[in-house]
Amino acid sequence: MSIRIAAETPWYDLFSRGARDWLRHNQKVREAVKENLPDLLSGEDVISKPGNRTVLVPVKFLEHARLRLADPGSHQGAGQGQGEPGDVLQPGRERGSEPRDGGTENGEVRFVVEMKIDEIIDWLWEELKLPELKPKRTATMDEPSYVREGWDRHGARSRLDRRKTIKEAVKRRAVQRDPVPITNDDLRFRQLVKRAAPATNAAVIFALDVSGSMDEAQRRLAKTFFFFALQGIRRQYAKVETVFIAHAAEAWEFEESQFFQASSSGGTVSSSALRLAMEVMKTRYDPGRYNVYFFYASDGENAAEDRGAAASSLGELAKLVNYAGYVETGGLATFRPRETQLAEIFTEARAGGKPVGMSHLNSQDDVWRAIREFFREEIKREAA
Amino acid sequence: MNAKTGDLQHYATEIEALAQRLGLDYYPVDFEMAPASLMTEIAVYGLPVRMPHWSFGVRYIHQLVRQSMGHSKIFEVMFPGDPCRAFLMDSNSLAENTLVTAHVLGHADFSKNNSLFARFHEMAGGNIVEHAAAHANRIQQAIDKVGLERVELVLDAALALESHVDVSGELHRAPYPEFVAEKTKDPLSKFQTRYAQLPGTPEQASLPLGPIKAQVPPHSEYDLLWFIAHYAPELEQWERDIFLMVRSESLYFYPVFACQIMNEGWASYWHARLLREADFLPQPLYLSAIKAHSDVVRPYAADQQAALAVNPYHLGFTLWESIVEKQGLERAREVMRDEDDFGFIRNHLDEALAEQSGLFVYEAAPNDEVKVVTRDLAAVREAILAPKFNYGAPRVAASELKNDGSLTLTHDHASDGRGLDTVRARKVLEYVRRVWRRPVRLVTANDRNEAVELAA
Repeated sequence: MSIRIAAETPWYDLFSRGARDWLRHNQKVREAVKENLPDLLSGEDVISKPGNRTVLVPVKFLEHARLRLADPGSHQGAGQGQGEPGDVLQPGRERGSEPRDGGTENGEVRFVVEMKIDEIIDWLWEELKLPELKPKRTATMDEPSYVREGWDRHGARSRLDRRKTIKEAVKRRAVQRDPVPITNDDLRFRQLVKRAAPATNAAVIFALDVSGSMDEAQRRLAKTFFFFALQGIRRQYAKVETVFIAHAAEAWEFEESQFFQASSSGGTVSSSALRLAMEVMKTRYDPGRYNVYFFYASDGENAAEDRGAAASSLGELAKLVNYAGYVETGGLATFRPRETQLAEIFTEARAGGKPVGMSHLNSQDDVWRAIREFFREEIKREAA
Repeated sequence: MNAKTGDLQHYATEIEALAQRLGLDYYPVDFEMAPASLMTEIAVYGLPVRMPHWSFGVRYIHQLVRQSMGHSKIFEVMFPGDPCRAFLMDSNSLAENTLVTAHVLGHADFSKNNSLFARFHEMAGGNIVEHAAAHANRIQQAIDKVGLERVELVLDAALALESHVDVSGELHRAPYPEFVAEKTKDPLSKFQTRYAQLPGTPEQASLPLGPIKAQVPPHSEYDLLWFIAHYAPELEQWERDIFLMVRSESLYFYPVFACQIMNEGWASYWHARLLREADFLPQPLYLSAIKAHSDVVRPYAADQQAALAVNPYHLGFTLWESIVEKQGLERAREVMRDEDDFGFIRNHLDEALAEQSGLFVYEAAPNDEVKVVTRDLAAVREAILAPKFNYGAPRVAASELKNDGSLTLTHDHASDGRGLDTVRARKVLEYVRRVWRRPVRLVTANDRNEAVELAA
């Protein structure tokens, strides 16, 4: 009988099979998280909080299911040790308290993945192959700004280019017999010129129908959609401001925190929101200086007598904004005519060549489709 | 080879000679020193090289966590076969590895002589470690050819049904007969023949049909891996192959599973006895080895009063000590040859031993309260054996294959006592449907014991 010890690097040291399968598991977890992202992110009001926003995604290990008998509630087993029948080996929990060890039953280990929202968005944009938006480039949009261009021997101290200056000194010292370190002739200053640059300010106006017919699920859908639309725009503009408008028969501007809670039992007059949006643009976000995006979510049921007013307001609004998007929310169970009034209005505006798009949201899954449609369309329109 | 291995080599040779004098009979054992990382992987995969699957990754992390918390320490792993393959942990002390060498000889004796092991050895041959590595290699080839995702779908289904094999059947099974003899009609009674024909018409002899196409499956088929491999409507050859590979590995694991208490007890009995009689061991080494022995066979942790599990090393060791003491080694070897854990526990665990081992039945309520229920012997025996029935899996059979290729699985909930966990069952059905490529249904019972049907 002999005991072997591998002489060279043994086969099992070449790679770790456990680590290989663990990495594959993590890959599957990431795929699962990705599928649920719209759900995970529609929670708290994450829309406009600036800075290093992160979400914590609690992840359980994936379970490879096996056939198993149903959990009988209480289960029996064999044990070893002291104790008489009836003895309590481990006291029960108080009712309503947390499971022991934070729910780590059967040695279950859970972990939390912290993800930066900006990273997720970048990654989603790549994943969905979404195009980048471009700022409007018109004469009126361009703002003069100073950019660096060229060097001179004279200038303000703050614009001294030290690298360039030293290079000049090196060249001079190479040919001089008794060189001094730096002379005034070596100094180089960066120069500025005035150039017109495209405006990089954007304003996003969200309008939400809060009439009685919009239920909680529909609002959540709208919120998720708004969130991602905003993230897409944030990627492209240095400064993005948001406006939240809720309307029923009348329209009001809200803070974001109250926006999704707002509700009204009144009828639906869409033109009120469109008019308020234009009002806001006139007073605060001059379309000449801002890239304005308008997103509107509604279930599409507008008061019949408002049709004309809404259509003409939309026509006017569409002239001012970069893009106006309309999402129609509604569960599959909702009975609806084939085309709602608002859908008709937006379709007409689109046919008229306006920068308008529309999409339906029935479930969380549709959010991605809708986002993709909007951003694709916007690019196509820009290219045309 | 350093001094430590030199010593171990020396002791191992002496222990082996002693073991043969004491009548241990085994296939050659091939020992190999392995680092902790490989030992962990073997504990996770069950074999040194096995097919890749993400579920092993989860177990791997669990194992690492347990080891880092000190809940799990691996001493040795041993693969029965001809030769047996044993892996020793290179970071264990000389005393521990000397103990392990003796322990492995006990396993080797057991796996050659126990009838259950012997039957599987005869069916599958003695080179499972190599076979499993070849399987892993074939699966890697399949991955290279059709991509990881598709292979993973097949492994998801095959590994989920890992325990659903027929352990009393053959490894290489012939398919069902395609045709069966026509059902012979019962001869008509005199009364029936009287009115079978109108009077005066000539007697019509009905032509025999000959053999007729047999039903598939002809009976409830519990060997699901085999059934899917052979009767799934659109399985490709490499997919069939994967099912059969998983099945053969699963059959290999069965004797280890079904004889765990006996086998670990037998090996513990022999390592204790071999060390006791090994007068060539230096005293300090013997003491450390015996200390390691008592850690292995203690029923519950020293700082606790009871454990909610039975230590198979302790229970098996206690039973074998008693059998050898009362009935002699000859009789013990007979028991070792003939029984598996079911017979071992039912025939040889008596009142006195159960009391000596402090065995009890506990009940854990949904609020985590744990109570001792009883120390009644029959209840204790069944509580020990309950997780071992039917390879630890619910009894689920393929019961019907329809003409459209859809499959019906039936859970024998009457014999299992309750229905299936439907959340998991649905997932498993989904795994199966992806390879079966036709609708798959599963009939089981709900918590009110009414039949329910899950579909995927």
